[in-house]
Amino acid sequence: MVTRRLTPTILAHLVLIMGVVLIAFPVWMALVASTHPPEELSINPIPMWFGSMGPDNYRQLLKGGIPEAGGVSVGLMMTNSLIMALLITIGKLGVSLTAAFAIVYFRFPLRFISFWLIFITLMLPVEVRILPTFDVVARLGMLNSYTGLCLPLIASATATFLFRQFFMTIPAELVEASKMDRAGPLRFFRDILLPLSRTNIAALFIILFIYGWNQYLWPLLITTDEAFYTIVMGIQRMANTGESLPLWHLIMGTAVLALLPPVLIVLSMQRLFVKGLIESEK
Amino acid sequence: MQSSHVIFANRWLPYALLAPQLLVTAVFFLWPSYQAFEQSFYLEDAFGFTRDFIGIDNYLELFRDEGYVRSFRTSLIFSFGVTFISMSTALVFAVSADHIIRGAEAYRALLVWPYAVAPALAGVIWYFLMNPSIGIIAYWLGALGVDWNHYVNGDQALLMVIIAASWKQISYNFLFFIAGLQSIPRSLIEAAAIDGAGPFRRFLTITFPLLSPTTFFLIVINLVYSFFDTFAIIHATTEGGPADSTSVLVFRVFNTGFIGQDYGSSAAQSVILMVLVILMTAIQFRYVERRVVY
Repeated sequence: MVTRRLTPTILAHLVLIMGVVLIAFPVWMALVASTHPPEELSINPIPMWFGSMGPDNYRQLLKGGIPEAGGVSVGLMMTNSLIMALLITIGKLGVSLTAAFAIVYFRFPLRFISFWLIFITLMLPVEVRILPTFDVVARLGMLNSYTGLCLPLIASATATFLFRQFFMTIPAELVEASKMDRAGPLRFFRDILLPLSRTNIAALFIILFIYGWNQYLWPLLITTDEAFYTIVMGIQRMANTGESLPLWHLIMGTAVLALLPPVLIVLSMQRLFVKGLIESEK
Repeated sequence: MQSSHVIFANRWLPYALLAPQLLVTAVFFLWPSYQAFEQSFYLEDAFGFTRDFIGIDNYLELFRDEGYVRSFRTSLIFSFGVTFISMSTALVFAVSADHIIRGAEAYRALLVWPYAVAPALAGVIWYFLMNPSIGIIAYWLGALGVDWNHYVNGDQALLMVIIAASWKQISYNFLFFIAGLQSIPRSLIEAAAIDGAGPFRRFLTITFPLLSPTTFFLIVINLVYSFFDTFAIIHATTEGGPADSTSVLVFRVFNTGFIGQDYGSSAAQSVILMVLVILMTAIQFRYVERRVVY
C-alpha cells in the first residue's frame, strides 16, 4: 500500500485551499463591489468587505436597471435569458432525441448522409460564419424575435451523438418485447426509450441550459429591440457607457445576478453536471 | 455503424423524425457557410448594389494585410497561453485532490463552478479587477512597482484576457484530469512505491505518462475553445484594442464584417476559420479513435 505520509497530505490541502480562494476571488470582489455606493469604488484600494448598499443596489437593478445603459431592467433581461435558455435546451433535446431515434432504430436510404449532415454542425461554430448567418436570419424576418434568437442554435451534433451512443446500449430484447406487444415505433419511443433516457436527458439539460444562458454574440446581433435583451449581452452595454464613468457597483451587481442561475444549477446538481460534461465530450 | 440492432420498418417516419434537425442544419449552417464561401470570391460595394468576381484576391489581400497576420499571431499567443495556464493549474489541483481522501468532494464543488460563468461575465469581472484606476489587482501590482494600464499597453491587455479565459477554463480541465487520474490503476503506483519511488518521482514516471491520453485530448479541446469560443471575452472588454493588440481571429471576422462592412474579406476570413476548425476536429477524432483502442 502507498503510505500516506502526513506532509504530502497537508501540502495537498494547502494547494486546494489556495485554489479555492484563487478561483473564488474575482466573484467575491464582484459581490462585495455590488454592495457599496459608487463613491466607495472611486478610489483605490477599494473595500474588500461588504458595504451597506446591497439591498438598495439590487432593488434598483431589478426594477429600473441602469439609466445610462438605456434603463432596461435586469429583471426583464433575466426573464429573456431564461426564456432563451429554456427554448434552446428543450429544442436541442427534442431534435436530437428524435434524430438519434431515427438513426439507431430505422434503416433508410439517406441514413448515412443524414448522419454526416448532423456531424458537420460540429465544425461550424456560429462565430466563424457570423455574417452570412445573420444575413439568413434577417432575410427570413426573424430579427428581434425569440425564433431568431433560438432556432439557429438548436441543431446539436453533440446531443445527437450522446443519445445515439446511449440507445445502442439498450438491450435488443426490449425492442423485441415491445414489438411482440404490437407497440409501434412511436409508442416504443415514448414508453420505453424516453423513460430509460431520463438520467442522460437530465445531465444534458444542465450542460445545454448553461450553453443557452451564456449566449453572447448571437443575441447581441439579433436583438436591437430592448424588449429582447438578454442579461449576458446586456452587461456589455453597461460596461461601455461611453463618456460617463462606468457605474461599477451596478455593473458588478448585474454580473452577480447573471452568473447566479447557472452557477447554482452546477452547485446543486454536481453529479448530473459532471456526468453531462464528461459524456458529452466522448 | 453496427447493423445487428433490432429495427422498425417504416418508409416515412425516420425522415419525419430527422426533419427538424436537418432543416435547421440546412438553413442555418449549410446555407450561410456556402454563402461565405461564394462571397469570399467577390468584391461588393458598400451599398450592396454591385459585386464583381475577383477570384482569390480577397484571400491574397488578407495575407498581405499586416493586421490580419498579426491577428494570427495574437490568436496563437492567446490560445497557447490559455491552454498552458489553465491546464497546468488544473493539473496541480487535480493531483492534490486525487491525493486526499477526506473532503475531495467539497473541493471539487468549490473548484468547478466557474464552468457555468459566461465568458463575457468572466471578462467584465477581470476587467474590473484590473482596472488601472480602481482595480484591486492593478493597485497591488502598483505597490509592487508594476505600472498596470491595459488601456494603453497592448501586452498587458492581452495578458488580461488570457487570465480571464484561463480562470474560466480551469474547472473544465480539472474535471477531466480527475477522471483521468482515477482511471490509472492503483497497483502500478503501489508497485512503484514498494520499489522506493517517492511521490514526485511516481508522478513523473508513472502518473503523468499514463495521463497522456487525457492531456492530449485536453490540449486539442482547449485550443479549440480559446480559438473560437472567446469572442465574448474580447468584445465585452478590450474590443480588440488597444491598437489591435487583442484582436484575435474570431474578433476580426466580426469587426471586418459588421464594423468595417467589408463583406468579401469577412467571408474569406470565415472560410479560413472553417478550414481551421475542420482540421482541429479531424485531429480530435483521429485521437478519439485511438483512445477506443487503448
